[in-house]
Amino acid sequence: MENNIFALQYALDTFYFLIAGAFVMWMAAGFAMLEAGLVRSKNTAEILTKNVVLYALACTLYLAVGYQIMYGGGYFLSGITALDTDAVLAQFATREDGFSGAAIYSAAADFFFQAVFVATCMSIVSGAIAERMKLWVFLVFAIVMTGLIYPVSGSWGWGGKEVFGLYSLTENLAFKDFAGSGLVHLVGASAALAGVILLGPRLGKYNERGEVRAIPGANLPLATLGTFILWFGWFGFNGGSVLKLGDINSAHSVAVVFLNTNAAAAGGLLGALIISYLKFRKADLTMILNGALAGLVAITASPDTPTPVLAVLIGLVAGGLVVFSILLMDKFKLDDPVGAISVHGVAGILGLLVVPLSATETTFLGQLIGATTLFVWAFAASFVVWWILRKLFGLRVSANDEYQGADISECGIEAYPEFTNRT
Amino acid sequence: MKLISAVIKHFKLDDVREAMSDVGVKGITVTEVKGFGRQKGHTELYRGAEYVVDFLPKLKLEVAVNDDKVSLVIDAIVNAAHTGSIGDGKIFVTDLEHVIRIRTGETGIDAL
Repeated sequence: MENNIFALQYALDTFYFLIAGAFVMWMAAGFAMLEAGLVRSKNTAEILTKNVVLYALACTLYLAVGYQIMYGGGYFLSGITALDTDAVLAQFATREDGFSGAAIYSAAADFFFQAVFVATCMSIVSGAIAERMKLWVFLVFAIVMTGLIYPVSGSWGWGGKEVFGLYSLTENLAFKDFAGSGLVHLVGASAALAGVILLGPRLGKYNERGEVRAIPGANLPLATLGTFILWFGWFGFNGGSVLKLGDINSAHSVAVVFLNTNAAAAGGLLGALIISYLKFRKADLTMILNGALAGLVAITASPDTPTPVLAVLIGLVAGGLVVFSILLMDKFKLDDPVGAISVHGVAGILGLLVVPLSATETTFLGQLIGATTLFVWAFAASFVVWWILRKLFGLRVSANDEYQGADISECGIEAYPEFTNRT
Repeated sequence: MKLISAVIKHFKLDDVREAMSDVGVKGITVTEVKGFGRQKGHTELYRGAEYVVDFLPKLKLEVAVNDDKVSLVIDAIVNAAHTGSIGDGKIFVTDLEHVIRIRTGETGIDAL
């Protein structure tokens, strides 16, 4: 009888993990639509190509080497696909806390859930460097990022490995990053920042007097749809990271995570709306969309511990902050067409630093060192890779190709062949 | 014969078309155009950066009419397209040398 209950729990938790992973997979669609909406129509086909190919590359590279680096499990997952039913049942029987103990589920489900996170991280980079980078160079970077840079820092956070044998984030610092404000979002944003610095802004973004020239996105309905898809996918991102549904405590925890994730997104949206109205006297839609995402990124470091009101406040601050961050980036002439570095980097750091407000086992210093470790690693490693790629191939398309649009130069097709606005 | 070109606001198209039909106009060509006049452009805001939209969208109608109808058609357009606020548009009248109907080969007034 007990074995049957364990079998049921195994099935439930595996199923929950898979469905959460499928939610996160759908975030790839969210990123694709958000980015397609915020670039000009002449770069639409290229940004969509980038988004679908990076997804495939991330899944493949993580399968080949990334998962092994991060968690073990063998290259090409050689160690995780075989199932020994008796061993699983024995694991249940010897588990501390019995029924409410740590989750036991299919290792294949674990891989699937982890793999779609890598794709999310890589999607962050594609938005920031949009409209001016060579497609092939970006894809080469995606291989290194998903096969090496992300898995290495991931192994420090969730894999429990020491940072180059020096210190352990989890053991020494009680570092908490529940679903990846740092390991996914800050790491992606740091790689994007290094790329943007070496790549330079889009032609015409800043004039000789240093003023910012708006380059409006082509399709705000798509950007809004993309934001809502990401918001939806985030329930899998954070909710799935509870790792277990099959007992009362875990089920409640999942519900709290859903509640707080949603509350922070709403707070972030309102924060950006308030700041944009105070600063510009207008409801700046794309800033508001960024605000919702900033709230989501910020709550991701610890969505299971804050009270609902604290979750709203975390979102509110993140959403407001992201507006200032986007304006500041433009002051430094760092051109990020979709605001990815502000949304995922600045809000990611904020999310890590506010964890001690609700998670008592963590410390501000530990979170700060953790955030710094992730930033330094992802930024430095990416900078080197981008720099080598620039030496070898050059990062940018030619000025003429940029004017004509990356759709023609990189993909040979226009997304809107019958009506292309070349401005 | 004269060629009358009128630049008008989008939402006045139906009114203008009706008024022109009432005075016996048999065909109009409409083009979506952009330009500026005294109305100039306006500023928009995107991600905190203001930018100027210099050229505003308008519609341009072209109609070929016989000389005796010119003032009738102009009055019809003016009455129908008028709102009194800036940006109502303009009418240009030019001489028209020749008209040919492609289907029948008719020319001149017969082709109007």
